[in-house]
Amino acid sequence: MSFNRVEEESFSTTFDIGSLPKHYEFNEFISDEDTESDRDDLPRLVLMGLRGSGKTSIQKVVFQKMSPNETLFIGSNNSMLKDVVNNSAFVNFQICDFPGHFDFTDSEYDVQSILQGCQSLVFVIDAQDAIASALNRLHSVVTKAYKINKNIKFEVFIHKVDGLTEDTKMETQREIHQRANDDLVDSGDEQKIYISFHLTSIYDHSIFEAFSRVVQKMIPHYATLENFLNIIISTSGIEKAFLYDVKTKIYVATDSSPVDIQSYELCCDMIDVVIDLSNIYGLGENPGLMNDPAFDDQSSSLIKLNNGTILYLREVCSFLALVCILREDNFEKQRIIDYNFVILRKGIHKLFELKDKEKESIEPRKPPSYK
Amino acid sequence: MKKKVLLMGKSGSGKTSMRSIIFANYIAKDTSRLGATIDVEHSHVRFLGNLVLNLWDCGGQEAFMENYFVSQRENIFRNVEVLIYVFDVESRDEELKRDLRYYETCLSAIYENSPSAKVFCLIHKMDLLQEDQRDKIFSDRENEIINMSKPVDCSCFKTSIWDETLYRAWSSIVYKLIPNVKELEQSLTLFADLMDGDEVLLFERATFLVISHCQRNLQRDIHRFEKVSNIIKQFKLSCSKVAAQFQSMEVRNSNFAAFIDLFTTNTYIMVIMSDPHIPSAATLLNIKNARKHFEKLERSSQSQQNKK
Repeated sequence: MSFNRVEEESFSTTFDIGSLPKHYEFNEFISDEDTESDRDDLPRLVLMGLRGSGKTSIQKVVFQKMSPNETLFIGSNNSMLKDVVNNSAFVNFQICDFPGHFDFTDSEYDVQSILQGCQSLVFVIDAQDAIASALNRLHSVVTKAYKINKNIKFEVFIHKVDGLTEDTKMETQREIHQRANDDLVDSGDEQKIYISFHLTSIYDHSIFEAFSRVVQKMIPHYATLENFLNIIISTSGIEKAFLYDVKTKIYVATDSSPVDIQSYELCCDMIDVVIDLSNIYGLGENPGLMNDPAFDDQSSSLIKLNNGTILYLREVCSFLALVCILREDNFEKQRIIDYNFVILRKGIHKLFELKDKEKESIEPRKPPSYK
Repeated sequence: MKKKVLLMGKSGSGKTSMRSIIFANYIAKDTSRLGATIDVEHSHVRFLGNLVLNLWDCGGQEAFMENYFVSQRENIFRNVEVLIYVFDVESRDEELKRDLRYYETCLSAIYENSPSAKVFCLIHKMDLLQEDQRDKIFSDRENEIINMSKPVDCSCFKTSIWDETLYRAWSSIVYKLIPNVKELEQSLTLFADLMDGDEVLLFERATFLVISHCQRNLQRDIHRFEKVSNIIKQFKLSCSKVAAQFQSMEVRNSNFAAFIDLFTTNTYIMVIMSDPHIPSAATLLNIKNARKHFEKLERSSQSQQNKK
């Protein structure tokens, strides 16, 4: 700890925020197992949609950082792809990407058990294609899935809207919304099933925004996190605060003020800059040792814009970062903001411990193996 | 001081797209809206104060091409400082042969009218190839072109508007046009020594092309300059969406601290420090103090050019 003292004396902007307790590695639960893609105890997110609607592209762009124009080379897949997203204790789930042509009666896939553990079902509709068949499909998927598991949250991504004009976007969304609901009314399910709609495209931030909203519904402590962020923005004079998963650029939580898509995009772009620059210059001597060497517990960034806005990023824990937007005048007391941040960070860490404890009490048979 | 830059290549090879991205703040996606260039489009790009790039974007349809080589030959190929010929990597067989023939004609016209011109060939649209084939196809093309160009020296670059390779090519082109490069580099080295920085980069303000750099410690990534150009340019564009420009930026983790700051009237500077215990305020003060010196340097090079 000796250098931390030196640091404080030299008026460094970095606080001694302390490292995580040893027993408390977020990824340990998962990294112990090699067969990650078969983990069935994780919350599950199911991707469905007609062939060619863009399911696999979405998954590759959001979770595997593929650049959107590279997705042209993805062929259609004939079997189910499973993938595990376990960047942090909050963003932690399994994705099942169904092939477009699959059938509920198909014995190849164990639909019954997959949907039973499913929290969220994302149905992708290609907005540039004929939507009638997609809507029929949506209706049959939704009603069948609801019969299997009544707790599934249904989300519809009206996808590939980058090719549409503003007017047709709205038009398409209204039409799809209307007809999907009409179908539910016809089958008498409108009271039980609720579907949310999102306009998405992999060529801009809308897909990340939509996924953020889907993932937030899967986070058990969302209300607490939101409350934390509300407190820090009111005490530190911050305009907007996002808690980001830096790997996927999904925001895990934000304060309760409405999200302005532009500031969300700006924060996404800031994370890109921070991660990209760190990947070039900040990998250190032994980059192979950590799972993401570019983003560590000292990661922080400060960007000043010429309109008096400041973007401020701090690391919260592995893969999670707090990104704040604030006015330059309120940033004069940076020390106070930093102090508040340290308190917030501790709070979030405690929340993780709580979550881990819950997990232990639910699954007594599987005690986590602490190193 | 005006420098004439010719941009040639067959129709649809991407000349106007790349020009728009580098000099007119387009993002790659928006270039799909650009139409075909009719005849020659002139644009003047003020680059580093007194250096003005006079870009001749020559439409590549056959009718125009013939015209350039015959009736407008002198007008087009005289006083050229740089010829940039853009090849579409997707063109094959007949199409490619025709393209190479045009290139040859171009070269001979340049050789006649401006023998001192520098020649650059860009193999463009590399993104359309599968990743594992890119290097092979590029080196094949490169050999073919270099052999054809003899006795003129030409440098080939593989480019794509979707990644940083475009910046790499244009940085090398622009680097050859800057008058007082040596002086700038010396000053940068001195500056880096004084403040114990690892690396200092100087960017042109509008395009974010790297115009000068100084490296004091070994860095792992040899393509970092164009990557940084690309990263910062993208961020600058996203700032412009909220009607703002970024003024300064600081990024750090436990291994490094990077500072990007508005520098002189024409440049941004980036300083990399590997000792994270040097407080930010010290580095920012150093940058602030160095600003005067570099502004003087810029002014003196301008007045020198004016005398000429």
